[in-house]
Amino acid sequence: MITVFFFFPVVAALFMSFTDFDIYGLSDIGFVRFIGLSNYADLLNDPLFWTALKNTFYFVLVGGPLSIAVSLGAALLINSRLVRFKSFFRLMYFVPVVATLVSVAVVWRYIYHPRFGLLNFALDKIGIEPIDWLGDPVWAMPAIILLAVWKNFGFNMIIFIAGLQNIPEELYEAARIDGANAVSQFKSITLPMLAPTMLFVGIITMIGYFQLFAEPYVMTQGGPVNSTLSIVLYMYQEGFRWWNMGYSASLAFVLFLIIFIGTLIQLRVQKRGYEG
Amino acid sequence: MNRIHKIFLYALLISTAAITLSPIVWMLSVSLMPAGASSTYPPPFLPDDVTLEHYENLFTRLNLARYLLNSTVIAVGVTLLSLLINSMAGYAFAKYRFRGRDKLFRLLLAGLVIPAQVTMLPLFLMLNKMGFINTYVGVMIPGMASVFGIFLMRQYMLSIPDSLIDAARIDGAGDFMVYWRLVIPLCKPIFVTLAIFTFMGTWNDFLWPLIVMTDDSMYTLPVALANLMGEHAQDTELMMAGSVLTILPVMLVFMVLQKYYIQGIMMGSVKG
Repeated sequence: MITVFFFFPVVAALFMSFTDFDIYGLSDIGFVRFIGLSNYADLLNDPLFWTALKNTFYFVLVGGPLSIAVSLGAALLINSRLVRFKSFFRLMYFVPVVATLVSVAVVWRYIYHPRFGLLNFALDKIGIEPIDWLGDPVWAMPAIILLAVWKNFGFNMIIFIAGLQNIPEELYEAARIDGANAVSQFKSITLPMLAPTMLFVGIITMIGYFQLFAEPYVMTQGGPVNSTLSIVLYMYQEGFRWWNMGYSASLAFVLFLIIFIGTLIQLRVQKRGYEG
Repeated sequence: MNRIHKIFLYALLISTAAITLSPIVWMLSVSLMPAGASSTYPPPFLPDDVTLEHYENLFTRLNLARYLLNSTVIAVGVTLLSLLINSMAGYAFAKYRFRGRDKLFRLLLAGLVIPAQVTMLPLFLMLNKMGFINTYVGVMIPGMASVFGIFLMRQYMLSIPDSLIDAARIDGAGDFMVYWRLVIPLCKPIFVTLAIFTFMGTWNDFLWPLIVMTDDSMYTLPVALANLMGEHAQDTELMMAGSVLTILPVMLVFMVLQKYYIQGIMMGSVKG
């Protein structure tokens, strides 16, 4: 089952990426020609590909760590010994995770409205000039990152809470007796003990963030001036709007390769962390 | 000292909760405002007059009932099928000894790094050949089995003692009987967990139904909503009402069964 619907398509996708499969191929497979690595060569000369790549990396490298940091912060807050109603707060923070992405993208489009949006209203209160969040190429990606962090932090937070609860309380007690303050406790106990959790969170967050699609599709259509065009959005446009499916498949494979390498790097860094 | 600390913590917790929930509350609130009422400055947070006209419009003029039906059929269908298939596969991985079992399982886990987008193009062509484009079946096929689902089932089933299964065999129960009468009842909690995950994941999914459903009447709610955004971007209140209706079903399911959902995340992460 899985083999048919999962691994077979992967091989087929690789094969497609070596062909000029397009709308004619869709009507009659006889039109499809094998063109070797041409699609990949075209990618290298395609400015839109480089833009999409740059934007996607921007989103992953800024949005990913930010979202993990917020998740960890929220987990630490909720896990504090002084706090009660833990499950209530946990539930509240989790609500955006469950909400349909397309819906919240629609809602945030209005939150970012330059004149009537809540965000500019709030910024105005503290004396910041209105920003055209989704209309300004400089601000469109940060706006999408902010939405993503809000939407996703609850998920990793749950995983961090589970990780924090696995750290033996005695370690902290021993540290307190030695006179370690909260910051050094965090640095020398919490962070190292969380390392496996951090690796897991890092990898799933990276994989998820590389697949950025619905937010720009709904909020900006990739604009303004392609500042939010992501790899998957570009792949969708090439493959399912213009039916350049061979070219689109090569994009998909580049994405796969990047995710694969990113995972390997994280595993490697983690391992070195253990040894060092 | 502790007291100040505590007040500070609660202030932080409560303000974070307020910021987290405000977009959702705002969505609900604007959806009840008369048309155009939200496009004023300062932006109103609560409606002066409450109206349900946008909800009415969605159902009477914009075919929302149809999208609701599509989404429901697809989400429920995928959920039932995936429970059946993933539990069978998980059972095989947990309790059957066959050559290369552990290798195959590791291969599956490694498959997690392959983004679904890679498989979408060939899958689309395959479904196109079979005539499943623009059908419920076409949307449902890729969701029927998942690595995550198999993993979850396997982990849970490993805890079923072999002696229990052997005893049932000695009593003359066949493979299917053991699975159906013994394994499934023992795995109820994990079934609930996977069911919520699958239901919510399918309901919220966007890219795949966007690709497969080419005809307006077959759209799922998220696809319809994104499409509506193209024509009705100026009708803030109407779009908010549409968003509320799209989120509402998953939110209800989550609120009722959240315990299982959160357990599922923790299980998935512990040995992930």
